[in-house]
Amino acid sequence: MRSIWRTLREDLGKPLARDIALVCLADGVVGLSYGAISVGGGLQVWVPVLLSLVVFAGASQFLFVGIVAAGGSPIAATIAGLLVNSRHVAFGLAVSDVIGGGWKKLPGSHLMTDENVAFALGQDDLRRKRAAYWVCGIGIFVCWNLGVFAGARLGSVITDTDVFGLDAAFPAVLLALVLPSLRDKATRTAALAGVVVALAATPLLPAGLPVLFALVGLVFYRVQQPVEQEVVR
Amino acid sequence: MTNPGLLLVAVLILAVGTFSLRIAGPLLRTRFELPERAEKVMSAAAVVLLAALVATAALTAGHGAAGIARPAGVLVGGVLAWRNVPFVLVIVAAAATAAGLRLIGVP
Repeated sequence: MRSIWRTLREDLGKPLARDIALVCLADGVVGLSYGAISVGGGLQVWVPVLLSLVVFAGASQFLFVGIVAAGGSPIAATIAGLLVNSRHVAFGLAVSDVIGGGWKKLPGSHLMTDENVAFALGQDDLRRKRAAYWVCGIGIFVCWNLGVFAGARLGSVITDTDVFGLDAAFPAVLLALVLPSLRDKATRTAALAGVVVALAATPLLPAGLPVLFALVGLVFYRVQQPVEQEVVR
Repeated sequence: MTNPGLLLVAVLILAVGTFSLRIAGPLLRTRFELPERAEKVMSAAAVVLLAALVATAALTAGHGAAGIARPAGVLVGGVLAWRNVPFVLVIVAAAATAAGLRLIGVP
């Protein structure tokens, strides 16, 4: 096991290893706030902790906890979480060679996150891709779960989380996550339309449903088409 | 609060579903590629859902409005994130703004 670790480290090289370590650490801190916020929102400690171990997908965990803590139905929360995680199908197709065959597919798939997929795709040769994918995946899994567990214990000590502003930290974390995607104009238009629909629906619908209704915003999503053909005639 | 049994089932369904989505790619190992358009719509759908959650979590509480302190904190965090300030500071600044405003009596 130690020699495997050393080979991986040699394959990675120092700068990449440092970048990966920083990402893992940052995820641990986000996990800490996720755990504290979930418990502060009224959920029992096991909910955020179990989600982190068996689902292990930050954005969908935030979405799930946000909907349930707001009084929404767990069914709506599950549907929303699965929709957010549908991007993993595309990730899996992109990194199937990197993960490797046989039994490695099982743990390798569970460790799939935005971060380690991005690190793997950023390398040139397969050895480095593999090393980056596995080291980053395992590192994030360990840091994220430790962070969530610590945060959930911490959150259960704090009784009134609003005093510490934790209710504002939750949407701020999500906002920081989606901001880069909003640079794309088509996505931004769809997201803004979805936000308007969700806010308008909030006074009328049970908690959790307004977020799902936001998908109506996709009506305004236009994939850019090449315009040359129209110019010719 | 929500029924714990139902909550547990929901968590497990989300777990099994997420794992299925993740392993679909490696199982369909052949050089099959998702149509580009479908891929784009899927990632846009994820952003739409998350943006809607940001808006509702920041601006609403129950069926009404959330007051001033919370949206103000989220706004401060959002501006810092936009300026590429490290994640940790975004979280701390958002929470501190909301907590500070409440301390001086802003709802």
